[in-house]
Amino acid sequence: MAGEARDGRIVVVGASLAGLRAAETLRDEGFTGSLTVVGDEPHPPYDRPPLSKQVLLDEAPADSTGLPVRRDPDAEWRLGVAATGLDPLARRVLLADGESLPYDRLLIATGTRARPWPDPAGAALDGVFTLRTREDATGLAARLAAGPGRVLVVGAGFTGSEIASACRKRGLQVTVAERGPDPLVGALGGTLSRLAALMHREHGVDLRCGVTVTALLGDGAGRFTGADLSDGTRVEADVCVVALGAVRNVEWLAESGLAAGPRGIACDAGCRAFTRYGIVTDDIFVAGDVSRFPHPLFGYQMLSLEHWGNAVAQAEVAAHNMVSPGPLRRPHLSLPVFWSTQFGLNIKSVGVPTYSDHIVIAQGSLEAGRLAMVYGYRGRVTAAVTVDMAKSVDYYRHLIETAAPFPPPPGAADRALTADIPLPSDVPDPKGLSHEPVVALTGHLPDRALMVVQPPG
Amino acid sequence: MQIVVDLTRCQGYAQCVFLAPDVFRLHGEEGLLYKPSVPDDRLERVRQVAAACPVRAILVGEEVGTGGG
Repeated sequence: MAGEARDGRIVVVGASLAGLRAAETLRDEGFTGSLTVVGDEPHPPYDRPPLSKQVLLDEAPADSTGLPVRRDPDAEWRLGVAATGLDPLARRVLLADGESLPYDRLLIATGTRARPWPDPAGAALDGVFTLRTREDATGLAARLAAGPGRVLVVGAGFTGSEIASACRKRGLQVTVAERGPDPLVGALGGTLSRLAALMHREHGVDLRCGVTVTALLGDGAGRFTGADLSDGTRVEADVCVVALGAVRNVEWLAESGLAAGPRGIACDAGCRAFTRYGIVTDDIFVAGDVSRFPHPLFGYQMLSLEHWGNAVAQAEVAAHNMVSPGPLRRPHLSLPVFWSTQFGLNIKSVGVPTYSDHIVIAQGSLEAGRLAMVYGYRGRVTAAVTVDMAKSVDYYRHLIETAAPFPPPPGAADRALTADIPLPSDVPDPKGLSHEPVVALTGHLPDRALMVVQPPG
Repeated sequence: MQIVVDLTRCQGYAQCVFLAPDVFRLHGEEGLLYKPSVPDDRLERVRQVAAACPVRAILVGEEVGTGGG
């Protein structure tokens, strides 16, 4: 069995971070068979986080973010061709160029794409961007370098906030429009989102919350000139960045019989895909942003994460399990972690902040702009977010992993006065946000509706 | 030569910023920005930086070879 598992044909669909790490790990784990990696973009795997930071700050060109490899995965790379279908019975992946690839085991790592502006006429205006790919970042960076009079950012999630931060750093006027009450509220809850709003305004962002953009306007020659907001105001701008979150790349699996939908492809803790009947497959694996998987620390909720670290960790587990007999397979149980750098602050999150009912500020303060906020659910620590306190993250990670009581016991010398006073975590219903949450809890909490619905419009 | 910093692991010790300020830079107190593509004449220094990182968050390597170039 072990010998068989290390031979044969493996196809990886998706040539970004998760696909690359899986391919490397397959070879690390002794896979000697044929390995093919399919990617719809023409580039070898590249890193995306710098696209909204270094690239927009003009410190690195977008085409310089290729991912380094630890070892040559000795794969056949089929780049610039999308997968268009899957025949699980014949074990073949269908490609846009009409070819089909046979496999013995398949890894799906097709990730997400930027959610486009819903009105195609508005989306097509010259000057309207989304930010997901190298080409997006190159085009947007060139427009910012040209010195536009004003930039409009639609959506104040992490990407939107980082874009606004880069614009201000470049001295550009920027307006941010967000449907929710404050920036980042969908990821961090109410208290920290108020700090985020302060951060925007202190850095000169024209932040408009509780409004939606009702129309993107053009000049008749197809150039973007501004937008109408739901409060009756109009914003004049030369560049618009639509930061409405991500769409999972699952359409190609519509006829596959897999449990693939807008929240991703459901899989077990061992990264094995479910069929639409909830039956686990044994030859189709899933990793990265496109997956949704159960996590025991969060009530076995199915989590969809758009996190760099999850793509790496899940790809490694998936690859290990693809070449290991059943009893040697491992679960993907690593804690969600993500980071963001904006307005000179380093924000890190561990656990699932939206899986919470209360928070305490355990260290630092909102006023100091330096703090550790701990989230609890029913008396147990479930997440922590630090602002400029990255060295504390591992401590809180340990509390989450050991299901420590909430509020947490004293553990830091600079413990805040507020550390024992829980406040409501004030996590909003995601349907009230401009952007999609980066963490989607797709199950059910009995005391709060957390079913994610498509934002209207 | 390419680098990527695992910012999940990064704790802002900033050793890299002291050792190779032309490649690594802080945005604020502890947000790390870096140049993902490093000229070959800086490779030895960047390898030293990667070895000096207290949390081993810096990965240095070639871009993937895809056969076609």
